Amino acid sequence: MYDGKLIIPGLLIFLVLMISPILFNGLDAGPVPKPEKPVGVTKCVKSAQYMRTSHMKVLDDWRDETLRDGDRTPVEIDGVKYEKSLMNGCLKCHTDKKKFCDECHVYTSVKPYCWDCHYVPKETF
Amino acid sequence: MKHAILAVIVLIGVAWLGSLVGLDPVFGMVFPYVALAIFLGGFTYRILNWAKSPVPFRIPTTSGQGKSLDWVKQDKLDCPATFWQTVGRMLLEVFAFRSLFKNTKAEIHDGPKLVYGSSKWLWLFGLAFHYTFLIIVLRHLRLFLNPVPGIIGQIEFFDGLFQVGVPVLYQTDIIFVGAVTYLFLRRVLIPQVKYISFAADYFPLFLIFGIAVTGILMRYIFRVDVVSIKQLTMGLATFSPSIPANIGSIFYIHLFLVCVLLAYFPFSKLMHLGGVFLSPTRNLANNNRMVRHVNPWNDPSIKPHSYADYEDEFRQFMADADIPLEKELPPEPEPEPEPAAEETEKPAADAAAETPAEKE
Repeated sequence: MYDGKLIIPGLLIFLVLMISPILFNGLDAGPVPKPEKPVGVTKCVKSAQYMRTSHMKVLDDWRDETLRDGDRTPVEIDGVKYEKSLMNGCLKCHTDKKKFCDECHVYTSVKPYCWDCHYVPKETF
Repeated sequence: MKHAILAVIVLIGVAWLGSLVGLDPVFGMVFPYVALAIFLGGFTYRILNWAKSPVPFRIPTTSGQGKSLDWVKQDKLDCPATFWQTVGRMLLEVFAFRSLFKNTKAEIHDGPKLVYGSSKWLWLFGLAFHYTFLIIVLRHLRLFLNPVPGIIGQIEFFDGLFQVGVPVLYQTDIIFVGAVTYLFLRRVLIPQVKYISFAADYFPLFLIFGIAVTGILMRYIFRVDVVSIKQLTMGLATFSPSIPANIGSIFYIHLFLVCVLLAYFPFSKLMHLGGVFLSPTRNLANNNRMVRHVNPWNDPSIKPHSYADYEDEFRQFMADADIPLEKELPPEPEPEPEPAAEETEKPAADAAAETPAEKE
């Protein structure tokens, strides 16, 4: 072993960096997000699995249709009309941003820019 | 090249089929640990193996004026003579790829005339490739840390600063794919580079390209359930692995390619990650004229043998063979028997007698 004085500390720093996520978490995966389900409503505009992966796509499309094309006709699915709106559509059932949106967004470090324009719904407590 | 691309396609196929036939636990729980173990173990092995190789003499690339007389200006970063100057050179090498920056290109113009010019493209795309790769790896920490530190969120914010589409487009994704494409095209389009490119050069490029493309597909096209994926990755990072439902094949393909990259890493050219710190042409101070470097493999029981000692040992034999001596044989005790001995002694005695006389 030559120049071990420099190589060994360097190697140790590298190895610690590589396993730093394991050290950071300390074997605790933390709480799994549990977004609050709306009371009394069982259906959404799409299936739960689709919404889990692609709700942002729905919101993005709605934004383009309403704001850019001026098309605000409600979406009708199985006889139920849904307004193409974040505030008057989604948040009508999913009333609590904190308990619904933020649960998963905070967990996965996603910061959607919805609230750059929209007002965060008033907390009622 | 054919074999390299085929290998990556086969790897993608293996992961895809594996996830289709329900081998998710193997791809999601076993391979990541195996790959990490091979990566860390292999990396350590390679570094220690290199550390065992003696570097007996200073062999730095002297790409500037070395330390000389006081009035000759030394190029401290390109021909360092001290430890800290070498540290400066290494920092520039590791963080700014200075040796690539000095790339030159030879061209033959009409005449014929040989022209050398600077060539910065490899440096530029190489730098873009490595830094975007670093940012991408750091961004992925959001899947391995809970709670996610603010700095990771900041990196993501600036990476998606232009807010193109939902989920926002990361600039690094575009630059990264562009840089990999350049690095590949360079190997195919420049005949000299193509000539020296082998499967071991193409395979990492295709593998990394495959990882980038599957990641981009997963984020922007197929869209996966990130919460489920984070449950899987957090399980891996806390040694309590689990396989949540509803994770698409595309994720397992991406993960498997990353596992292959990790396992392949220590035994390939990718080891330049560690090797750059240990390259003797960069990390040695150019001080051969100031410091005596002894071969580390020298046997300490073998003592230095000077010429004076050598002559002492063999004086008689050398005299017998008429080899000139620096120190003559001691005067013979009996001068009688041979006249030849007297003749040789006489001029020596004369010279000894003459020199003090001349000085006076």
